[in-house]
Amino acid sequence: MSLYYVQKFLYELNRDEDLQTRYLAERLSVLDAYDLTAEETDALVEPDIGKLFHLGVNGQILMHFAALHGIEWQDYLQRMRDGIATHGPVREGVYAVTGYEGTTAHAAQLGQTSGAEPTRDRDDGDAPLQPRRGVR
Amino acid sequence: MPLVYAGVCSHAPGIRGRADQADPVARAGLYAAFDAMGDAIRQSGAEVLIVVAAEHFANFFMNNMPSFAIGMADFYDGPIEDATWLGIDNFRAPGHKDLSLRVITEVMQTVDVAYAEEWKFDHGIAVPLSFLTPDYDLPVIPVNINCQGPPLTPLPRAWALGEALRRAADAVPEKVALVGTGGISHWPATPDSGKINEAWDRDFLDRWCRNDKAQLLAYDDTTVYADAGQGGFEIRTFISVSAAAGGAAGTVHFYTPIPIFAVGCTTASYQLR
Repeated sequence: MSLYYVQKFLYELNRDEDLQTRYLAERLSVLDAYDLTAEETDALVEPDIGKLFHLGVNGQILMHFAALHGIEWQDYLQRMRDGIATHGPVREGVYAVTGYEGTTAHAAQLGQTSGAEPTRDRDDGDAPLQPRRGVR
Repeated sequence: MPLVYAGVCSHAPGIRGRADQADPVARAGLYAAFDAMGDAIRQSGAEVLIVVAAEHFANFFMNNMPSFAIGMADFYDGPIEDATWLGIDNFRAPGHKDLSLRVITEVMQTVDVAYAEEWKFDHGIAVPLSFLTPDYDLPVIPVNINCQGPPLTPLPRAWALGEALRRAADAVPEKVALVGTGGISHWPATPDSGKINEAWDRDFLDRWCRNDKAQLLAYDDTTVYADAGQGGFEIRTFISVSAAAGGAAGTVHFYTPIPIFAVGCTTASYQLR
């Protein structure tokens, strides 16, 4: 178990556009530089957002990894829910799941409208992804 | 010069990045509140804006995590997130290296802080700046409190930081405004994103407005986590501003839970004495 290094990789990936470019071109060779288990490597390469959340990756780091793979926000949230349903509770870290009716139902309770609807723009590993356009 | 402004506001990335998914009336109210806050800062005559934020593993990670850090650069780039994802174009905000050095030197008399000559702003600062100084024409000094990677900065130390920032601001000739950013209760970037404990938020804001030190420091991380989510750990930024306000009373100008923004959206300020 090397959650620290999974998160360290994602932290560095989120900050470094050049690393994003290299990673999107050859994921396994980039991951070789980190002390990861096979389970962690597989979850990253897939990418299996639900598994990574289950392993304990902090959502503030994970959400940018999802965005890098073109995963839309509501889909990102659903993948985490699916991960918990499939793999069980978060193994470690501070991101326990406590239950929530969802933004659309919550907004309705508050008398607000919401344009948030789940979508499924999955990255199956074949799409020509581009590095993010954040600051370098 | 005495501190000229002290306030707090939300910084959730959805405020810009998912703006199109929010209730338009609620969104317009929040945006107007942010604009009013920016007007108040300008009317205060502020020459520099200190932003106390809780960044999210953009610059600081568990390989070397400071309880506190203060920026000491001439400029800061942002957002570190994808500009399209965050809904904020890439920018370069002016810093004030010389003033940072003087502020840090004074703060260090009572609080151990790290300093950073480079710092990429994430949404914790970028979202507020996009409203408060949309032309990036006011020098910024970023301050970070570790609200993300346990063990977290103890609340009494966040209070001590606020007192030190006030002492430093009062000691320099420049007019300084202070803004704390963060959530109150929220469960950001998790399957529970959007969950908001409004009753808890309103109780916290009542304590904040009364500037009740004992009540503000009475929280513990276990109950905050249970009642307000891991996002509730960011009360440290609000509490530091309370300390900096030196006992002044506060006013909540806007509070509305907006689920798609994943937080009870807030602006508030103190009537400095």
